[in-house]
Amino acid sequence: MKEPFAVKDCALIALATGEQAQDLRELRDRLQTTRISCIYYHFWGGLLRPRFDDPEYQNDFSIWVSHSLHDKVLAERLALINPTDFEDLEGVRGKLIDVIENRLDEPGIVPWANPSQRFYFVRSQIVVFDTGTRILDPEDLGTIMPHLSAGSIFYHFIDARRRTPLGNDDFHEWLTGFGERFSPLIRSISAIDPYFTTLTDLRTELSAVLKEHLQGRNA
Amino acid sequence: MSENLLKLYAEVTGNEVIDQLRQLSEHLRGMKIVHINSTKSGGGVAEILHRLIPLKQELGLDASWEVMTGSPSFFQCTKVMHNALQGNRVEMTGDLLREYEKINGENAQRLHDRLEEADIVVVHDPQPAALISHVPSRRGKWIWRCHIDASQPFRAVWKYLKGIVSHYDASIWSLSEFAQPLPHLQYLIAPSIDPLSRKNRALSVSELSAVREKWGLDPGRPIITQVSRFDQFKDPLGVLQAYRLVKEFLPIQLILAGGGASDDPEGEEVLDQVRKSAGDDPDIHILLLPSDDHLTINALQRISDIVVQKSTREGFGLTVTEAMWKSKPVIGGDTGGIRLQVINHHTGFLVNTPEGAALRIRYLLKNRKKLREMGEKAHQFVLENFLITRHLREYLTLMLAIMDASKDRIEVQ
Repeated sequence: MKEPFAVKDCALIALATGEQAQDLRELRDRLQTTRISCIYYHFWGGLLRPRFDDPEYQNDFSIWVSHSLHDKVLAERLALINPTDFEDLEGVRGKLIDVIENRLDEPGIVPWANPSQRFYFVRSQIVVFDTGTRILDPEDLGTIMPHLSAGSIFYHFIDARRRTPLGNDDFHEWLTGFGERFSPLIRSISAIDPYFTTLTDLRTELSAVLKEHLQGRNA
Repeated sequence: MSENLLKLYAEVTGNEVIDQLRQLSEHLRGMKIVHINSTKSGGGVAEILHRLIPLKQELGLDASWEVMTGSPSFFQCTKVMHNALQGNRVEMTGDLLREYEKINGENAQRLHDRLEEADIVVVHDPQPAALISHVPSRRGKWIWRCHIDASQPFRAVWKYLKGIVSHYDASIWSLSEFAQPLPHLQYLIAPSIDPLSRKNRALSVSELSAVREKWGLDPGRPIITQVSRFDQFKDPLGVLQAYRLVKEFLPIQLILAGGGASDDPEGEEVLDQVRKSAGDDPDIHILLLPSDDHLTINALQRISDIVVQKSTREGFGLTVTEAMWKSKPVIGGDTGGIRLQVINHHTGFLVNTPEGAALRIRYLLKNRKKLREMGEKAHQFVLENFLITRHLREYLTLMLAIMDASKDRIEVQ
């Protein structure tokens, strides 16, 4: 019998690194040496910390390049980097550096930020804990989903992509263990874009997809 | 153990937020946590501790709160330190520093057993920072919590303080911009407000009318308010200038409301300057309120059309959070933690000059629909990010994380 789905939760705590950048070259240089957990935080940490709900760009690097360096072209290029396209965060780091170096190679001045608007590299520690909830049957996933905390959604739907061998979310991985029965549901879950949204909205999207597929099955 | 307080918070935040706190704290049950600051009332730190400690206790932690006792010259010294951390070039005499160390030594002696056996000691701001030097056989983790914008400190004073706080296991800062290089982990936790406190709870129409009446405020004309200590970095004189610029066009009323704190001897001097500048204008209301008159502060924020926080330096700016919680757009100085809360053109406006503040006040009073929309967005933003429940979650997370400080990912069983 398939193992029950263990619902976990997580909480993130941010740490200052003391590293900062005031212009594009400094950003590139710091990116080459900073801890990998900084890359994680500046791509995904925004979902678990104070952030306004309609961000124009989806990672902290593109936000800073747009708002503080006023380089909209580079901001758009950085915003399109999808961390799930890479095997690990070192791949993401490499891509960030490539995109920035290409911009630096283009003729023109290197923009710099006002001293009060430097980019501060932040890393995080993530504490993961077991909620004690177990899901035995995929049908029950739909019932529980609307009640999961934002931290649980983050852990199972975002953070999982870094943990699982194929970069899938935990729901995808668990449902795959039931064979072909849930393939359409898995495809629908995988089609949810984790960008341009909040964890609360992601939970709503996941709930809707589960409801649609599981109700159909029961009918 | 009763869990009434947590139930009350669940009504505001939803059950899932409280459930998460309970699950996190399961792994910390029985831990001895001591918080130390320098005043029981006045200022944001004391306000937060008043509620944070009972909440931690209700979650099963053995949490307590100790307050420094000190002499007038000790508090004069720590006020100088506070200003120096905010960038003021100050004169710090050897006598003042000797008093600082002496008072810390006396308090360490008074609290010795409790500090020595604590699992975690959280020391707030510079006043009690030197306690650590007097507890050499401490067994727990010591954390220095800096609530001040120390992004550009006066170096001579910071060098002295750095020599002390370097001994801590970790520090906590409100924003990454504020953190100074130190040889330990530097956590980032934004402060918060308590939605159930007298300062933030909902008020009845009659309670609001009573405050209007008491202070002679005209309900028919717009009210602009700044609630702050009378401190040069809060720029009350700049607010007065902005008021005069608006008054040329609109018949507004201005409230400058501030309370003294027992560790702030400088306030009187700034208050005198403000009174002189205000002259005998009957529409300027300078209210020096007792530090525990939270209901009046609450009402003043609620009866205001716009709240201003025109600081030139700000640690975080809890008065901004309070006003936003009451669905008021905030016109705030473009500095420190105000930037984290006032999202320009969404929850208010960031300004750099009295002229900028005046311009935005006129814009919002002319565009009432925009004013209401911004107020609603501001409320929602605080609900999701700046309530005490988020603050508590981060403290609990930190306590678990610091036990395994070398790891980025900690799985608790």
